[in-house]
Amino acid sequence: MNTPFAGLWAVLLVGLPLLLAVGAYVAGRRIRPILVWIVPLVMAGMVTGLIHGLIDQGPLHYEIGGWTPPLGITWHIDGLATAMLAVTVLVMGAVCAYAPSYFAGSIKTASAEKTKLFWPLTYLLWAALNALFLSADVFNLYVTLELLTLGSVVLIVLAGTTDSVAAALRYLVLGLMASLFYLMGVALLYASYGTLDMATLGGQLQQDPLTWTAASLMIVGLLIKTALFPMHFWLPPAHAGAPAPVSALLSALVVKASFYLVLRLWFDLFRPVAPAPAAQFLGALGACAVLWGAIQALRADRLKTLIAYSTVAQLGYLFLLFPLSSAPAVAKTAWLGVILFALSHALAKAAMFLAAGRIQQLAHEDRLDRLTGIGQCAPLALSATALAGVSLIGLPPTGGFAGKWMLLVAGVESGQWWWALVVVMGGLLTAGYLFRFWAIAIAASEHPSQRAPVNWRMELPPFMLGVAAVLIVFLATHVAQLLEIGAAFPIGGSGEVAP
Amino acid sequence: MNFDPLVPLLLIASSLVPGLIIFTLPEDLRGLRTALNLLGASVKLLLVAVMLWGVNHGHTYETEISFLPGLDLTLRAAPLPMLFVTLSAVLWLVTTIYAVGYLEGSPNRGRFFGFFSLCVSSTVGIAMAGDLLTFLVFYEMLTLTTYPLVVHRGTRQALQAGRTYLAYTLGGSVLLLLGIAWLYTLTGDLCFKEAGRLADLPAEYTPTLRLIFAMLILGLGVKAALVPLHGWLPQAMVAPAPVSALLHAVAVVKAGAFGIVRVVSDIYGIEFADRLGVLMPLAVAASVTIVYGSIRALAQDDLKRRLAFSTVSQVSYIALGIALGTPLATIGGLVHLVHQGLMKITLFFCAGNLAERLRICRISEMDGTGRKMPWTMGTFTVGALGMIGVPPIAGFVSKWYLATGALEAGQAWVIGVLAASSLLNAAYFLPILYRAWFRPPTGRVAQCEPAAGVEIAWSLLLPPLTTAVLALGAGLLAASGFSPLAWAKVITVREFGL
Repeated sequence: MNTPFAGLWAVLLVGLPLLLAVGAYVAGRRIRPILVWIVPLVMAGMVTGLIHGLIDQGPLHYEIGGWTPPLGITWHIDGLATAMLAVTVLVMGAVCAYAPSYFAGSIKTASAEKTKLFWPLTYLLWAALNALFLSADVFNLYVTLELLTLGSVVLIVLAGTTDSVAAALRYLVLGLMASLFYLMGVALLYASYGTLDMATLGGQLQQDPLTWTAASLMIVGLLIKTALFPMHFWLPPAHAGAPAPVSALLSALVVKASFYLVLRLWFDLFRPVAPAPAAQFLGALGACAVLWGAIQALRADRLKTLIAYSTVAQLGYLFLLFPLSSAPAVAKTAWLGVILFALSHALAKAAMFLAAGRIQQLAHEDRLDRLTGIGQCAPLALSATALAGVSLIGLPPTGGFAGKWMLLVAGVESGQWWWALVVVMGGLLTAGYLFRFWAIAIAASEHPSQRAPVNWRMELPPFMLGVAAVLIVFLATHVAQLLEIGAAFPIGGSGEVAP
Repeated sequence: MNFDPLVPLLLIASSLVPGLIIFTLPEDLRGLRTALNLLGASVKLLLVAVMLWGVNHGHTYETEISFLPGLDLTLRAAPLPMLFVTLSAVLWLVTTIYAVGYLEGSPNRGRFFGFFSLCVSSTVGIAMAGDLLTFLVFYEMLTLTTYPLVVHRGTRQALQAGRTYLAYTLGGSVLLLLGIAWLYTLTGDLCFKEAGRLADLPAEYTPTLRLIFAMLILGLGVKAALVPLHGWLPQAMVAPAPVSALLHAVAVVKAGAFGIVRVVSDIYGIEFADRLGVLMPLAVAASVTIVYGSIRALAQDDLKRRLAFSTVSQVSYIALGIALGTPLATIGGLVHLVHQGLMKITLFFCAGNLAERLRICRISEMDGTGRKMPWTMGTFTVGALGMIGVPPIAGFVSKWYLATGALEAGQAWVIGVLAASSLLNAAYFLPILYRAWFRPPTGRVAQCEPAAGVEIAWSLLLPPLTTAVLALGAGLLAASGFSPLAWAKVITVREFGL
């Protein structure tokens, strides 16, 4: 197939941020405006080009340098991958626009020495994320995963507090352990099948203990990185302690990246060989995460901790996919629902953290009991949390609703009522902890503070992300069409319910 | 080019756009904000007039917006939606004028009017929804946009009321959402259709359909304040008076009642629901609510609380009318949707005026208010007598059709419920009228200096006068072709295929 530009875009999507990561380190402040404004636009253009290529030509298989597997590196570009690339561009663009103002105004991180590292690391993270979404080779994926973890750890430390260093170290240790698990699994697969290319592996896997061990090791490693209950404990301190733009990247994208890998491995490789209880077990862990994360968020005493626990809870939803998709009739509905949910969660959660950063800056802290009436100081930031929050709760008409509706329909139609109940209960709990914050924020304050002038560079990006998290529902049909390009769904289910 | 599909969108935009602009305006641009509000409300009224004309002349106003895969949002004008749309458009204009006057000088007006407009947009969406999912979308938008209005004052009590409101309504939403999802998996289609769409499902689904019906009605019953799901409503009266007016007469409570009407008549179909045997429990629940609300109202000294319990009672007339399952009772229920709105909004405006001018909110302080504020109390009297069911005010018409409908259905016990309710209404409204008109002023009322010109600002007096006149007119002119009654008859004829 003739792919004149799509392949080029794909290479540039990884190469450009990588190049700029180095550039940002060497050139320092001089290329800052390029990093903040121009590159995100260029990247957005390339993702759009890639999506167009995909719509025209179907899924793309790209061999870097023309080497075929098992020797060369292959990339596989389908609807899911481009959707993740697109949401990454949106979140990254918002974070890039937001970060300069954040670092200029925040006291603890004012030292130029530290902020200097933010740009190279962020661009490195971007390159790693894009490479991860495009890779179709289990070892390649390991490399990108490792880059992600290391980049994230250093970014967390930029907050400069002792708490954040402790959280980052814990994250580092667990992240390395998780990578080790994953690598052991990869080694086992390579030993028995002699290839690392996912497409080649997919057809060969056997139902034998060795494959099961490899699969378990790889999946468990990824689950640690995705912070699935009960392996979530590293996430709240790390995400809450990081500087706000970093928190946004971590909660919106980095945990999604490892979930994306779980998804890939499960649907492209392991599903035919996985025993049925495994799917139910993953779903049960997800349900526990939904409940436990929400309970902890209800008890949180800081805004960013609340948002971080919310991430734990919302990640739980994603794992309901595994049991729901085991019923062939609704597998596709559940799959589309979960991905829509993940995409809107990425937008909403980034909006939340960015807005929280602004609120924290205005109030000089983020203890919830000190935030009374903060909404009057920062109405735009508060409305960003409102838009994003409604999507997180899953009320219509938002992206979160689209995801939850499809999960609900999948649960009810396949007779798996308990998962449907988890979905709606989780929504109620989310409303519980978010309205806890909103009630504080719009309460009449005893010391009425001056309405601060709107800091557009810090309040508009989260607001726009919030708007996107809501409006994505009106694109749901198009997103679904995009996702179906190259989707690993040979089995039944048209995505719509038969009358 | 055919502009008809645009009209429903414009109808929603006419309040949505001003609302969104108002959020961005600085607090002190009072004039511009008021102008936007009034402009939006007038445009909406104009559009409603156009649509009423168009619906009568065979135009179809139908819009589809791409939403979930396989499920579009649809807005469709039909007689039943037009009934609710007209009510909310008229009352929005009136309430906006009232709110502008009432909130003069209070903080956060930008936020207030922004959400106020969003609230009305949601209500119009609820009214025009062409299917159950669209209904749900706007129904939840309404929940969210009313929360900031309920907690507007930001006091501890207001926040508590907001929490209660959310706990009830979001709990209800869960049931509603589950019910709708279940229905969708059974039928694959959620469109509203006159006389319902479930009658041709196989008989084995009967128990499931009953269960879904219960879930939907319980979910909607929260906003419609069916006992025992009514707890949030009396608490929500801490909100400013225009909000109470909106909650009780136009938006929230009505949305719940309207939802019940739509589920019964346009999803299940009245006749099919009757065959399923689900209407009787609904009628009983509505009757219990009617009597219970009235009894509780008797014991309240706080005027707005008494009015709130009165709403609990009165709104269930709508559900009762639908649940009786006969054409006459249906007419009574539908027409009460409008009549109750007109009368109750009048009463809340008056309560707001008393609080604003005389600083009183208790019934025991109301002695002699009629002498100080004759116009306000005059309109209050019209509203109160209408609620009791005194002819020729609108409330009488509703009760008449409900009673004859009950006889038609062979449910004579409903007459007892209606009689008891009317007696109780009289028992809690007449003492107020007696105090207002026949007792000499005491306390704060006596201390109040007579006003220089008219008793209170025009912006606070015109709205209750207008709605009282409308309530009177709806009763007096019930037999004419333009009355809510005539419209309710059209809807009923189409529903029953008469």
